[in-house]
Amino acid sequence: MNAWQTWIALWTLVTKEVRRYMRIWPQTLLPPSITMTMYFIIFGNLIGSRIGPMDDIPYIDYIVPGLIMMAVITNSYSNVASSFFSNKFQRSVEEMMVSPMPNWVILAGFVIGGASRGLAVGLIVTVVSMFFTDLSIHHPWVTIGVVIMTALLFSIGGFINALVAHKFDDISIVPIFVLTPLTYLGGVFYSINMLPDFWQGVSMVNPILYMVNAFRYGILGVSDIPVGGALVAIAIFIVVFFAVGLWMLDRGKGIRS
Amino acid sequence: MAEPALSIRGLTKVYGNGFNALKGIDLDVAEGDFFALLGPNGAGKSTTLGIVSSLVQKTAGKVSVFGIDIDRDFAKAKYHLGVVPQEFNFNQFEKVEDIVLTQAGYYGMPMREAKPRAEQLLRDLGLWDKRKGSARMLSGGMKRRLMIARALIHRPRLLILDEPTAGVDIELRRSMWEFMQRINREGTTIILTTHYLEEAESLCRNIAIINHGDIVQNTSVRDLLAQLNTETFLLDLARPVETAPELEGFSVERVDATQLALSVERGQRLNDAFAQFSAQGFEIVSMRNRANRLEEMFVSMVEHANAESGRSTDKVEVRS
Repeated sequence: MNAWQTWIALWTLVTKEVRRYMRIWPQTLLPPSITMTMYFIIFGNLIGSRIGPMDDIPYIDYIVPGLIMMAVITNSYSNVASSFFSNKFQRSVEEMMVSPMPNWVILAGFVIGGASRGLAVGLIVTVVSMFFTDLSIHHPWVTIGVVIMTALLFSIGGFINALVAHKFDDISIVPIFVLTPLTYLGGVFYSINMLPDFWQGVSMVNPILYMVNAFRYGILGVSDIPVGGALVAIAIFIVVFFAVGLWMLDRGKGIRS
Repeated sequence: MAEPALSIRGLTKVYGNGFNALKGIDLDVAEGDFFALLGPNGAGKSTTLGIVSSLVQKTAGKVSVFGIDIDRDFAKAKYHLGVVPQEFNFNQFEKVEDIVLTQAGYYGMPMREAKPRAEQLLRDLGLWDKRKGSARMLSGGMKRRLMIARALIHRPRLLILDEPTAGVDIELRRSMWEFMQRINREGTTIILTTHYLEEAESLCRNIAIINHGDIVQNTSVRDLLAQLNTETFLLDLARPVETAPELEGFSVERVDATQLALSVERGQRLNDAFAQFSAQGFEIVSMRNRANRLEEMFVSMVEHANAESGRSTDKVEVRS
């Protein structure tokens, strides 16, 4: 394929993915906004007013970046995991396999599509949060960079999960047993400075802590960790995960007999 | 000399569970041919076509499409291939038109070129009125035609059809045959697998029979039928009979009270048999082949191959 044909193939796949989650928006875009509204009401307004400030920031303001990031992570991951696995399940993945489209385009198409849903949901949650607090962004480029990189990283993770999955249960295990605990323990609701030294050390091996704090730094200007290192770490993870996903596709893992 | 549309050499496939689905087969399909690949269930037909279309990984061997080795440049070879698989393999919730246009996009076709092409194919295959509807609302026959439209969107030179008319009613099957014959006349090489041997006999010029991963016959349909020594005719009688008559030189069986089966070997004349029927007072009102001629050949060939290899002679599934 020449560059123009490759671009058409990539655009086709991305628009197909966007069309898919827009068609079923009550399942894909609406639920996260309702869930996050509940978080803002309960943890932000009702309980948050009794907790007091966190790192000298009102509690509701403190949790907004973490909740946006939580929505971006779970939606980017689950979009690609469920979409690609559905393609495997319905065998429509064969439409792509018989075409001359390179494997990196297949991977990139799903990842961009999934990241776009994560970002769309992140935007919706941001808009919802504005009903509860006034957001002012301290470092716009850090904010945008971190959220896009995080959405891409977890979309690739969802793709790898879908490749190795044999049944629908297999694509819900990682979000339930890995992503949710890591997100809750990743400093969404608290600063790790509140933890004893030992648990602070344990928290430092949680990659989601770095993404949440880098994003919080972008919006609020405060972070528990060095932001530059977090950005480099996310970028390295993206490259490694993309390479692993492509390697699996090239070998037909989970899609060719 | 022109490159064959498909050339297969020593193609072997051993699945992860140790099942040897293909045992080093060789096969050539000439450009412009209408070629049938026949065999009982599990013989290796779909595995062969799956390897050619990149859905199955080969264990060993060489495959070339119009001279392009798939190990060297599979992407280039794929431009020449259109694939209609046995199972429905599209997103049932997508619109009919979107399925065809998306496939065009995967081949890098710009929308301004893909749209008129999709319209032409959907009209030719009787799906234009359904283009805005969800694919799951289509009947089984329409879904098969949708897969044909999708496979042809990028104008492939070689079309692979894996049981395209399975479960399709007779009228629709005939219209699909006419469509396939038309695109073959227009230059598209077609490889067809089918259980309907009448289909292979009517449409195809050349044929290969595969059984237990080996090619047991590879010849023209005409030459294959010429090997047929015996044909059996079913004769409907005007009046019921208790026993079959004895005819000199012919074998006759009583099927039921009003039907006889007459076996005629090559070189024998039907006139001689009818003369003897008339002499014995049998009145025959109609006559037809007991089975499709190719079907008889196919069954005997596969069973012979099974017997030679010492395998149990599984019942060979054919539909006519």
